[in-house]
Amino acid sequence: MEVKILSAKFDLEDGHKLEIAKQHGAYGTLDKLFAMKPEEVIEEVKASGLRGRGGAGFPAGVKWGFLPKGTGKPVYLAVNSDESEPATFKDRYILVKDPHMMIEGIIICSYAIGSHDTYIYIRGEYTSQVKALQAAIDEAYEAGYLGDKVAGHDFKLEVTVHRGAGAYVCGEETGLLESIEGKKGQPRAKPPFPAVSGLYGCPTIINNVQSIASLPFILEKGAEAYKAYGTEKSSGTHLFGISGHVEKPGMYELPLGLPLLEVVEKVAGGVWKGRTLKGVIPGGSSTPVLTPDEAKTVTLDYESMAEHKTMFGSGGIVVLDETVDMVKLVENLIYFYHHESCGQCTPCREGLGWMLKIIKKVVRGEGEMSDINLLLELCDNIEMKTVCVLSAACTMPVRSYLVKFRDEFDAYVSEDISTAAANQE
Amino acid sequence: MSDRSQLISTGEPFKFDQERDTEFERLIKRYPERESMILPALWLTQEQEGWISAEAIAYIADRIGTFASKVFECATFYTMYHLHPMGKYHICVCRTLSCWLRDKQAIVDFLKDEIGIEPGQKSEDGRFSLEEVECLGHCGTAPVVQINGEFHEEMDVEKLKALLAELN
Ligand SMILES: Cc1cc2nc3c(=O)[nH]c(=O)nc-3n(C[C@H](O)[C@H](O)[C@H](O)COP(=O)(O)O)c2cc1C
Ligand code: FES
Repeated sequence: MEVKILSAKFDLEDGHKLEIAKQHGAYGTLDKLFAMKPEEVIEEVKASGLRGRGGAGFPAGVKWGFLPKGTGKPVYLAVNSDESEPATFKDRYILVKDPHMMIEGIIICSYAIGSHDTYIYIRGEYTSQVKALQAAIDEAYEAGYLGDKVAGHDFKLEVTVHRGAGAYVCGEETGLLESIEGKKGQPRAKPPFPAVSGLYGCPTIINNVQSIASLPFILEKGAEAYKAYGTEKSSGTHLFGISGHVEKPGMYELPLGLPLLEVVEKVAGGVWKGRTLKGVIPGGSSTPVLTPDEAKTVTLDYESMAEHKTMFGSGGIVVLDETVDMVKLVENLIYFYHHESCGQCTPCREGLGWMLKIIKKVVRGEGEMSDINLLLELCDNIEMKTVCVLSAACTMPVRSYLVKFRDEFDAYVSEDISTAAANQE
Repeated sequence: MSDRSQLISTGEPFKFDQERDTEFERLIKRYPERESMILPALWLTQEQEGWISAEAIAYIADRIGTFASKVFECATFYTMYHLHPMGKYHICVCRTLSCWLRDKQAIVDFLKDEIGIEPGQKSEDGRFSLEEVECLGHCGTAPVVQINGEFHEEMDVEKLKALLAELN
């Protein structure tokens, strides 16, 4: 099932080094690129159907098309390497194993959108990764792939790495821009969208590392070759991260559209220790959980996920075995989102705090049935009432556990049920 | 959000050493606005001193030409900036979903026992500080521990024991 498009050079010894990467085709698209018109590049990317791999799945080429023309202001590209959504661990493979693929992608994107300055925003915890990335950028400068004349063409491009310092919310695109500007990562109200007014008030495109790294293949082989992978509406391949209770957790490149359970079984070795499946989180911790029944029919693409009322997200699949206590899992989740709230909007700052207090009370065995209903009510009152969707990234999944595994929550608060369970044993 | 509002004074003036000074000057050219240097300057300070003091905040503000309150705001908002000295070995254990599913708690409990401190504390001899942190982006090799920034994956108590024995 696995394919090697983005990960083609991951297994090479020293594949992260320019010399080796070049022997395997790195920067091979640049002559073709500069012979094209920027609009042609955008059209090719649109035709490929490439959708943003940061979580929202917005078509990359379409987003680039939103840039206003002739503003006289510089255009910025910000590459999102914050990778902080729990269960997501794919972009760092690109940074470490094939950084030149991403740098080539940055050149392609920058030429298409007419930008001469890129900032790569990388999470602060990625200590060795930031060194690897900077080393590759230094190599690219030295070899003339970055700087005043990219590969000898009349195109200037500066790439700067900007380190975050421990804030999930800076993965949100406008929180990220604030952070580059030297502020707290508090997301901005939209509109205006960053394409119109982004970094330093200038038109800005923000794309995920993997989105950018997909560009060299599309340019080299063409949109059709990219569309040969995946489904009609969800084209291409994705670096899926499989974690939790499987025999072989890890990062696997797969075309979109494969049946989820088959992937869990055949690629990740199935549920570990011979246990049975209790649930699957399909695309990072902020995506609603699927029951084993629901998981049977879902495929790994944007449409199937939406049909199952969940999301493709960042492709971070988490497998939950029969032993998982869903009430405690929800406590773990709420703790995360509350901790990471930027504090700007009251419903998120206070509301997630209330939810945490309530779930802790339930876990301590001091909860009442009304607490479970109150949690559901809070989800409704918080969601979509804030500047960014961090709060929804908490309430959407939490609601899914409350609804789909309600009896477990009830058992925590209902004496009758717990005594009944005890009597049965 | 966690409360991180207390700054500590060292009573000594702070400035960048030669290496950080050069790096500061290199980086500031990369941004059209000087305030973009707040996060990089805080990083340079922490690399140099291990933590960020009241004097360092004032120095950074001065170097950039901005208000100390803006530097303070970032130093307190971003949880990786240390506002007091950490242990010689700063141990971060991921507490989030995938690590939780693979028993990060056993690791935290072991460390609490072994070092005799709670997460958020530093040992009396100054050798260790312990912190529970959020998803470190290594969920496929959970549970994960970071010691002074270095990743240790697929951890368990036995491996951790061996690792601690190697530290001096
Ligand atoms: C709270 C929050 C956290 C996010 N974290 C990330 C992240 O770590 N990495 C990322 O690429 N996108 C993240 N996103 C999505 C970005 O806002 C944005 O949609 C994305 O970077 C756009 O790039 P793409 O179109 O190439 O996916 C996050 C969004 C939210 C609301
Ligand atoms: S959950 Fe621990 S590294 Fe992601």
